[in-house]
Amino acid sequence: MSQTIFYILASLSIISALFVVFSKIPIYSVLWLIVCFFTIAGHYVMLNAQFMAIVHIIVYAGAIMVLFLFTVMLLNLNKESEPHKRTYLKFAAILSAGVLFLTLLAAFKSTNLTPYQLPEVNEVGYIQNVGIKLFTDYLLPFEISSILFLSAMIGAVVLAKKEK
Amino acid sequence: MGILSFKIILILLIFLVSLGIAAYSTYGERKVAAFLQDRLGPDRAGPFGLLQPIADGVKMLMKEEIIPAVSDKILFILGPCIFMMTSLMTSAVIPWGTPVHIGNSVFNLQVADINIGVLYIFGVVSLGVYGIMIGGWASNNKFGLLGAVRASSQMISYELAMGMAIIAILLMSNSLSLNEIVAQQKGMNWNVFYQPLGFLIFLVCAFAECNRTPFDLPECETELVGGYHTEYSSMKLGLYLFAEYINMFISSAVISCLYFGGYNFPGLDYLSTVLSPNLVSLISVGALFTKIFFFIFFYMWIRWTIPRFRYDQLMKLGWQILLPLAILNVLLTGGVLTFLK
Repeated sequence: MSQTIFYILASLSIISALFVVFSKIPIYSVLWLIVCFFTIAGHYVMLNAQFMAIVHIIVYAGAIMVLFLFTVMLLNLNKESEPHKRTYLKFAAILSAGVLFLTLLAAFKSTNLTPYQLPEVNEVGYIQNVGIKLFTDYLLPFEISSILFLSAMIGAVVLAKKEK
Repeated sequence: MGILSFKIILILLIFLVSLGIAAYSTYGERKVAAFLQDRLGPDRAGPFGLLQPIADGVKMLMKEEIIPAVSDKILFILGPCIFMMTSLMTSAVIPWGTPVHIGNSVFNLQVADINIGVLYIFGVVSLGVYGIMIGGWASNNKFGLLGAVRASSQMISYELAMGMAIIAILLMSNSLSLNEIVAQQKGMNWNVFYQPLGFLIFLVCAFAECNRTPFDLPECETELVGGYHTEYSSMKLGLYLFAEYINMFISSAVISCLYFGGYNFPGLDYLSTVLSPNLVSLISVGALFTKIFFFIFFYMWIRWTIPRFRYDQLMKLGWQILLPLAILNVLLTGGVLTFLK
């Protein structure tokens, strides 16, 4: 049962991710990306991590993608207004994408593929356990990432103030 | 009766009740407006105009369906559907009353008691903006787009303060399950007495999230014609208007559950010792709905009392007053809980 759900979810995520790349209209890309985020949240639920799933939806689908949609709608991107890119930029893009592909290939080559197995019923994903882990074992990375967020916030405020 | 069939019946019941209350809220709104402005209000269809919502519904369905030729057809249709769906989804985690007994089994009057109920509500609320944005953009109309942009920036701004107000509640209750939060407010031990500031912030934010006056700038007629639903006609417009009333109903239910004890009322313990459990359950559902109806009335009362904000005032209130106040509230709650307990 859960294996079937996993395969349906996984194929949905891949299909929606492909639509993100191949959509001609930027708004459609953004909307497909939201669908993709929902399928990933579904994977979190399958792993018994409801907290991660709902935070994923609140942060990505509820906040970040709204801003994306906002920007894309206001810019009203289409073929005519697309900026012409220089040739060397295109070459650089192809080169870096190729390098990334090679890295991924190398990473996959060394893994041995085993059939998908559902994790045993664990309660790591529950909010109490996530909180305890974060504030004991992973306290330093947690604090460092919060400082990163703070600096990003201050940076945004400074940038917004400059225009006046 | 199995748990599954009970849940399906409960879902259907909640769905029908939501629609019914939303329909009669439109009637109630016009009656309240008439009362506040010393008029009569609708009184032609049926006794006291009670059939007015049905007449309105039939009118909406019979009107000509116009989809603008320059619009994005799929998204144009999808917009109102998403808006309606997200407004109905929140009701899944609300505990409607004390458990009922059927045969030998006990059933909770709640569709899903997930351990992150509060976050679920928050997630669904944050998705509500997509219906407006997609509809506003797909109509390919400047007024529609402006309304959509206003709605989304307003919702994002007020979500922050709302989340902070909820965090203060979570600090007190130590739980994210709505069922647990309601159960802790037994008798008159309501959260509003401990969190008056948090309640005020949450209430203001709920008004903003529902796009109700004084925060109904996304559909400000004087500037934007109709706002995000300018191009909509017939039942698609009806869905947008209707979903607003469902939002109002559900947010009243959430406010009652978070701050006013949900189905709790003084004397519930005593009643459950003398009456049969199902009767107590019915009374507790009645108590919750009394609170909900009060808040729906409150929404209408405010609408016909306070004029609309200006847009810069709205942003200023959200970011410079409500958010710092909400953070202060979290700090105060945390401090009191740490040092006084």
